[in-house]
Amino acid sequence: MTRQQTNRLAKIAISLVAALVVLPIVLVISYVVYNGIGVISWEFLFTAPRNGMREGGIWPALLGTVFLTFGTAIAAFPLAIATAIYLAEYAGDNRLTRWVRLAIVNLAGIPSIVYGLFGLGAFVLFLKLGTSIVAGSLTLGLMTLPVVISTAEEALLAVPQEFRTVSLSLGATRWQTIRHQVLPHALPGIITGIILGLGRAAGETAPILFTVAAFYLPELPRSIFDQTMALPYHLYVISTQVPGMPLSLQYGTALVLLLVVLSLTLVATVLRTRMRRRRQW
Amino acid sequence: MSQNASPVIAIEHLSFTFPDNTAALKDVTLDIAPNEIFVIFGPSRSGKSTLLRLLNRLSDLNEGAKRQGRVFFNGRDIFAPSVDVTELRRRLSMVFAIPTPLPGSIFDNLAYGLRMAGIRDAQLIERRITRALEQAALWDEVKDRLNSSAFALSGGQKQRLCLARSLAMEPDVILLDNPTSGLDPLSTATVEDSLIELKSRYTIIMVPHSVQQAARVADRAAFLMGGELIEAGTGRQMFANPKDKRTEDYVVGRFG
Amino acid sequence: MLKTEQVASLPAAHPAPAARRRRSGEWWIEQLIRGAGLSTIVIIGLIFLFLLREGLPAFVRISPLNLLGVRWYPIEELYGLLPLLVGSLLVTVGAVVIAVPLGLITAIYLGEIAPLWQRELLKPLIEVLAGIPSIVLGFLGWVALAPLVQQAGAPTGLTAFTGALILAYMSLPTIISISEDALYAVPKEYRDAALAIGATEWQTIWRVVVPAARSGIVIATVLGIGRAIGETMAVMMVTGNAANIPALATGMFFQPVRTMTATIAAEMGEVAQGSLHYQALFAIGIVLFLLTFAINSLASMLIGGGKQQRSNQL
Repeated sequence: MTRQQTNRLAKIAISLVAALVVLPIVLVISYVVYNGIGVISWEFLFTAPRNGMREGGIWPALLGTVFLTFGTAIAAFPLAIATAIYLAEYAGDNRLTRWVRLAIVNLAGIPSIVYGLFGLGAFVLFLKLGTSIVAGSLTLGLMTLPVVISTAEEALLAVPQEFRTVSLSLGATRWQTIRHQVLPHALPGIITGIILGLGRAAGETAPILFTVAAFYLPELPRSIFDQTMALPYHLYVISTQVPGMPLSLQYGTALVLLLVVLSLTLVATVLRTRMRRRRQW
Repeated sequence: MSQNASPVIAIEHLSFTFPDNTAALKDVTLDIAPNEIFVIFGPSRSGKSTLLRLLNRLSDLNEGAKRQGRVFFNGRDIFAPSVDVTELRRRLSMVFAIPTPLPGSIFDNLAYGLRMAGIRDAQLIERRITRALEQAALWDEVKDRLNSSAFALSGGQKQRLCLARSLAMEPDVILLDNPTSGLDPLSTATVEDSLIELKSRYTIIMVPHSVQQAARVADRAAFLMGGELIEAGTGRQMFANPKDKRTEDYVVGRFG
Repeated sequence: MLKTEQVASLPAAHPAPAARRRRSGEWWIEQLIRGAGLSTIVIIGLIFLFLLREGLPAFVRISPLNLLGVRWYPIEELYGLLPLLVGSLLVTVGAVVIAVPLGLITAIYLGEIAPLWQRELLKPLIEVLAGIPSIVLGFLGWVALAPLVQQAGAPTGLTAFTGALILAYMSLPTIISISEDALYAVPKEYRDAALAIGATEWQTIWRVVVPAARSGIVIATVLGIGRAIGETMAVMMVTGNAANIPALATGMFFQPVRTMTATIAAEMGEVAQGSLHYQALFAIGIVLFLLTFAINSLASMLIGGGKQQRSNQL
């Protein structure tokens, strides 16, 4: 075979492989949509399951996921922002900073189930919070920390250095500079990062298995110290633990979860693009 | 005040080395008198900007750099631990080479330093801003659009805005690091004229864009090369009759 | 107008009350921020500590012989970790073997061959894959993929292979992204030089660009391994959850297995707090923590070393 022929063959083969990789993504989503869209209705979304989940809707699970998402935001936001500010504005080029970064990288790599174990040991048992929304939110928040810290730091570093220099040269203190000339311009990027992190957290099952998730609750949670149902766990349960569960309802649940997660990601991406356009500099 | 014998700024044996061990300044000793335009010129990488940044302690931002020697402002050591560095930077205000407005309106830019200093009196802020814009020869051009974005100004206007920003702080000294580097000849001339007018109220220390500019505006000047002070003297003497051959070579243009 | 009201002195060593208040308030804020920075180190320490607290007793109470045994059957007090380790290993290795070549080739396609419009279309699509929750992929594996595998001849559709396949897909976005960066980082001069001496595009890619991107590809592999080992729900649903070591035969991949992660997830709900089983599950958590810690540190070292190497090459 000539070199030209090899070249062409190789390119075709590479393209085929790439298609092989990308096509299933489309397939997966289409499959879920196709099989699940039929059950999506007002009733499905906003009523509770009946007959051992085999009928009815997913409202408690949906609401639970919303609660947990808010809880994760509250748990992760302050600490993540503060850490990002530390890394971007205060940390020197020394060993301590390297350790902090190593810690963050490792936090990002911890398996979600291990976060679940920690949540169980530390929040549910040690702090005696019990399986509750607050324990679940703290666990999810912890898991989301590394991702939010990274995007927040990036957003802070993207603010031009000149703003800081000018601010300081006009007699502002370091914190005044951060508060008035850095944070406001980094905030959109930071919020994008948080929403992306929340998208991940909303879809996670392992961290909430032992910290908050309930198989079935007759009533909606009334306080943050109550358990709640949640979409990811609900999907797991109805697909593996409920005999005679209609397949369409399973697909419907999967579809709703997919929509929740993907729309959060979409919002974040759209925000990011719009921000870039509105920048004055 | 021009008869006052004691210098506004006294630099004594100042040396500055960056964290990677390059020496930016080597044993520089200089006096700067009040109400004069003092020009620090020389080839690139001579330490001119570094010297300027040391005067308002922006050099503090260079972590790990080493400094020796002392700098006195009105008789007091600016590096003493008790010094409030934010107040120092208000008294010695800097204009940078590239016009850098802060995001926001023209008004916000000018009011920023005042607000950070804790000034809340709206009328005082307005008075200072108006006066600063007049001194920077920008008032007529922007007086009707103080609330419009500072980024919409032309290059020359932006730089005059930055000058006005410093003037609004009512400093003692204005430090200008190559302020006309990106500007067209007309804007350059406007800035130079403003500085000459301003020296009656302020002390001006400037790194010039060219030897010609230095010769145009300098009352006194210092020639820096490779971090060392080669020669210092009055403007007339430095540019017409330099004592050191290296100064002469640079002024004449044998190297640049 | 001279500033006669201005005293020619240095800024006061004792600033006005308002400034002083501002200064001390700021000091507190700075301390909080520094504390936050250190908190990440504290958190990781805490995580490890809590795992130890609940799991270390298992290492003490269970004999090493038991722990290294080939049966994990807590009901009969058998806590052999080997089947779980092997399960994780099989699934991880399978996932990486599938994902790294596929991911690398896709990265090559995106970086070197695809026209701009395709790149703009495909990259968001791959990001979408990264965003799909693992439970959804696990669910699909369970309802759709496993039956297929069974039809293809395996005794059951829930096998290590099924798990590896799903995991591979989940790891693809990471591997593609890092490989892309690695390929992109290869200096343009390398490509230009190869093309200038008459090499075809394929020869350039295969013999010049990919080898030059070697270290990045290794990092992608290492991180892919880290992700695969840590995945829980997807593998739990499709690997069959049989805590045996599959017989060492060619059909090994097509047997059900149990990973470490799935074990914890499946059994923690049914154990009594403080019981030996409970502690054993935390012990698995310790193993997982240490494994991923080692893998991530390795990746960090490689990334740091890579930067050094590149600057030397210049």
